[in-house]
Amino acid sequence: MKRSGLLTFLIIFIALVFIGRLFYLQILNNSYTVPALNSSAVKVTYDYPERGYVYDRNGKLLVANQLSYDIMVIPREVKPLDTLDFCSLLKISKEDFIKKMERAKKYSTRIPSTFVAQVSKSDYAFLQEKMYKFKGFYIIKRSLREYPVNSAPNVLGYISEVNENMIKKNPYYQLGELIGTAGIETTYEETLRGTKGVKYIQRDRFNKEIGPYKNGMYDTLPVPGNDITLTIDSKLQQYGEALMVNKRGGIVAIEPSTGEILALVSTPTFNPNLMVGRERSKNFTKLYLDTISRPLLDRGLQGEYPPGSPFKVITALVALQENVINTHTTIKCFGGYRYGAGKDAFMECHCGTHGSPVELNKAIYRSCNSYFSNAYRKTIEKYSTAVEGMNVWSKHVKSFGLGNYLNNDLSVGQKGLVPDGDLYNKWYPNTRWTATYNISNAIGQGEVLTTPIQLANMTATVANRGFYFTPHIVKSIKGKKLNEKYTTPNYTTIDEKYFEPVIEGLFNVFENPRGTASWSKVKGIEICGKTGTAENPHGQDHSIFIAFAPKDNPKIAIAVFVENGYWGSRWAGPIASLMIEKYLNGETIRPWKEQEMFKGSLQDEYDKQLIETLEIEK
Amino acid sequence: MRSRKTNIFYGIDWVLVLFYIILIFFGWINIYSATNTEESFDLINFSTEYGKQLIWIGLCLPLILLILLFEAKFYEKYASIVYLVSLLSLAGLFIIGKNINGATSWYNFGGIGLQPSEFTKAATALAIAKLVSEKQFNLKKLNTQLQALLILFFPAILITLQPDPGSALVYTAFIFVLYREGLPFYYITIGFITLILFIITLYFGFSYTLFGSLFLFLIILLYFNFYRRKALKRGWIKILGIYLISALLIFSVDFVFNHVFEQRHRDRFNILLGKTTDIRNIGYNTNQSVTTIASGGITGRGFLEGERTQGNFVPEHQTDYIFTIVGEEWGFIGSTLVILIFVLFLLRIIQIAERQKSKFSRVYGYSIAAIFFTHFTINIGMVLGLLPTIGIPLPFFSYGGSALWGFTVLLFLFIRLDANRSYEW
Repeated sequence: MKRSGLLTFLIIFIALVFIGRLFYLQILNNSYTVPALNSSAVKVTYDYPERGYVYDRNGKLLVANQLSYDIMVIPREVKPLDTLDFCSLLKISKEDFIKKMERAKKYSTRIPSTFVAQVSKSDYAFLQEKMYKFKGFYIIKRSLREYPVNSAPNVLGYISEVNENMIKKNPYYQLGELIGTAGIETTYEETLRGTKGVKYIQRDRFNKEIGPYKNGMYDTLPVPGNDITLTIDSKLQQYGEALMVNKRGGIVAIEPSTGEILALVSTPTFNPNLMVGRERSKNFTKLYLDTISRPLLDRGLQGEYPPGSPFKVITALVALQENVINTHTTIKCFGGYRYGAGKDAFMECHCGTHGSPVELNKAIYRSCNSYFSNAYRKTIEKYSTAVEGMNVWSKHVKSFGLGNYLNNDLSVGQKGLVPDGDLYNKWYPNTRWTATYNISNAIGQGEVLTTPIQLANMTATVANRGFYFTPHIVKSIKGKKLNEKYTTPNYTTIDEKYFEPVIEGLFNVFENPRGTASWSKVKGIEICGKTGTAENPHGQDHSIFIAFAPKDNPKIAIAVFVENGYWGSRWAGPIASLMIEKYLNGETIRPWKEQEMFKGSLQDEYDKQLIETLEIEK
Repeated sequence: MRSRKTNIFYGIDWVLVLFYIILIFFGWINIYSATNTEESFDLINFSTEYGKQLIWIGLCLPLILLILLFEAKFYEKYASIVYLVSLLSLAGLFIIGKNINGATSWYNFGGIGLQPSEFTKAATALAIAKLVSEKQFNLKKLNTQLQALLILFFPAILITLQPDPGSALVYTAFIFVLYREGLPFYYITIGFITLILFIITLYFGFSYTLFGSLFLFLIILLYFNFYRRKALKRGWIKILGIYLISALLIFSVDFVFNHVFEQRHRDRFNILLGKTTDIRNIGYNTNQSVTTIASGGITGRGFLEGERTQGNFVPEHQTDYIFTIVGEEWGFIGSTLVILIFVLFLLRIIQIAERQKSKFSRVYGYSIAAIFFTHFTINIGMVLGLLPTIGIPLPFFSYGGSALWGFTVLLFLFIRLDANRSYEW
């Protein structure tokens, strides 16, 4: 070998070793190659758009945003400070300070973490001036919800931090972000929220940010949330809440011609602003743990009760449709209806007709149990088996939107219950059951369960003479068309012609001097309604009322439910009529009635019940 | 025929000049990538490192012209003086040098730092060339070997004392030059065996290596005993001597490693040999460097697109670790290309050196080939995680005026010598 060859050989050899090493590192072993946007060199930050506002049907602002201020800390940058001064500014104790500081350090010494969340605007003003003294602490602004009108917390809902389940379900959310968790905030979360913008930030090896990643090539701009206009009439809503003070229950008012929900009252209610700010979790816990009056339960949507007498309207309509009665069919009522041979097989009736012939109209305005039991029985017995009859009946009833979720834009709801043949087959597997087994369905007792909104929708259906629009809470979203299902009518299985005689009966409930709600008659408004008293095995009967007005071309259909309100015309009737009056005329001509309702309290009744329950538990 | 008298570019090897320009251009591209900031896209921005480097590159032209102006004979004649001056400049550091990063390697001229050791390489190459090209110089003799060793020893020891042992290590490159000019092969063998023993001892530990080598020695002895009995009779002293020297070496490796090396040196070896895997502290550089190279993949992330480069994840990535940028932003293809250009560049130098009629030019050419090769090997070997961390620049790539000038002088002296070859006899 020539001596000059050694260096040449080594050069080529080393070069081959290097290329081999590069091949191994860059091609074979490319596990180092991590996806660009997740690598340690790139940090992702989000730009949150402002959440959409919420207005009522008249353009009144119901939900807005307010700024809140979080105190952030980067532990390694904290210099010795006047702890006492700092704590008093933030209104925390020294122990809190130490605890928070340790938590922040545990999280990271370099990365900022929240020290005190949601400092109020007034505290911020003080803090801002003194922040320069506290190195390592700084303030960031956050957007919070604000409720200018103290009303309708059940409708508006609230936002809170996402939990881990939510994050798993929906990858859009990151820990610490806000999400609508109740009411309109949750059903229209995506509309209100908008879309957050993403920014990728290039970091150096100390995690220091040195500018946008690839000049912001992958960054996206935030899309602001849309404003929403509700169908709620804020004035009516507040009026309803005022009428229901100290009474548990719900009011649902619907505009029959559109299905728009005008008011959705649930009492006891609370100030929606309790769900905002530093006290949020404390307030929430308090409301959540109140299992006696259950303020978080939306009674208008979630309260399942026997509908009572208002259900007789359906019984009548089904019987008419099935041709088992007509408007001239009469029965005689002697204080009740005997449906069996046994001593107890007797349903009492308080219609007070004492054996004089009762036809449909009178049966409705006197609320005659016997009449409707009869009609119900005839309907079921029209078919060769009770099961068949029951199923036909059930189908008719369900066409009013009862017995199922209304499939609307409300965050909560209950199905209620409309029994059918199968249910009783299950209950009485070895018996040939008949209509008399469940005769109380006729008068809205028995197995039938409805929620106030279902009752209101049923009323609207009657007001419309046979169809309804799915009740909904959102009137319009800026820049979006309303879902078609809210603008297509749902027809019942009852022919239109059968509604008129029933409505006449409902009209007489107010108009006839012997009508059950004649006391609640309002001069100048043609109201059709039906009182109801739902038997309650646990205490006083519930007070129920449905109504719509005016009789022709109805503007409002309403269902009122007052827990343990004795009977229909005692609380629910007057409240319903006042609501109608307020909505149609803007004010009432019966201020004494209004005052009576404002001041009336059922608290004694509730206390009594509570004590009884406690004693039973003992 | 144009003559040297009228044209200083006459006889220049333009192939080498072309390689030089390519390497410097691509080097600067990577320096730009390493040190640019988002705000300004200003090439002539002298507050930035890429801007400063551009000045240094621009100033190379007058430097080159200056080199080319002098007669080739001038360099040969005054080689010894250049060498002595360079030694003095190294010695002077101990008096008025500036300490940067723990080493006193810099002179400070009004804010501009100059690193004399970058120029000493050229001076030493000239001195070696002068010594070896003397008439009847024979490297087979111990006496002349010692002379050559002394020439290398002085700059090496002065640089080691700065302390900058990495730069001193470059002087081992001259073993290839001396071998080319007649140094017996066993020096290379001894050097190689020393290196192997060094690594084995570090890896397996002192006692294992000692016993292992004893075992090997006994096997060799048995072999000779059965098959080469005659040779054993004549050469047993030699064999025993080799073993004893090896054993001594193993002892001394252990001693040097544990008592002469500082902890940071030991760490570097331990990381390389995989005995420590602390990627946060002592292994940080190597780990970041290798990861960054690997993240380039086949085609690389593209110019200014390497996020680990732009995030400054690799420390000193504009100087010693500049090859990581090539790796990340230009990928396997770009890295391989750079290596191939270096190989062609080195082979061209050797080719030209071999065609020199003057022994002085040939030895000098060989010297610079060896120096460039050593830098190339140590630097890229370190960046690829094949060699321990030794901070020496990659020629023409790394940021730094002194290094750039030093390498330019090194190369253009040779180009000047080569341009004169037709006058030699």
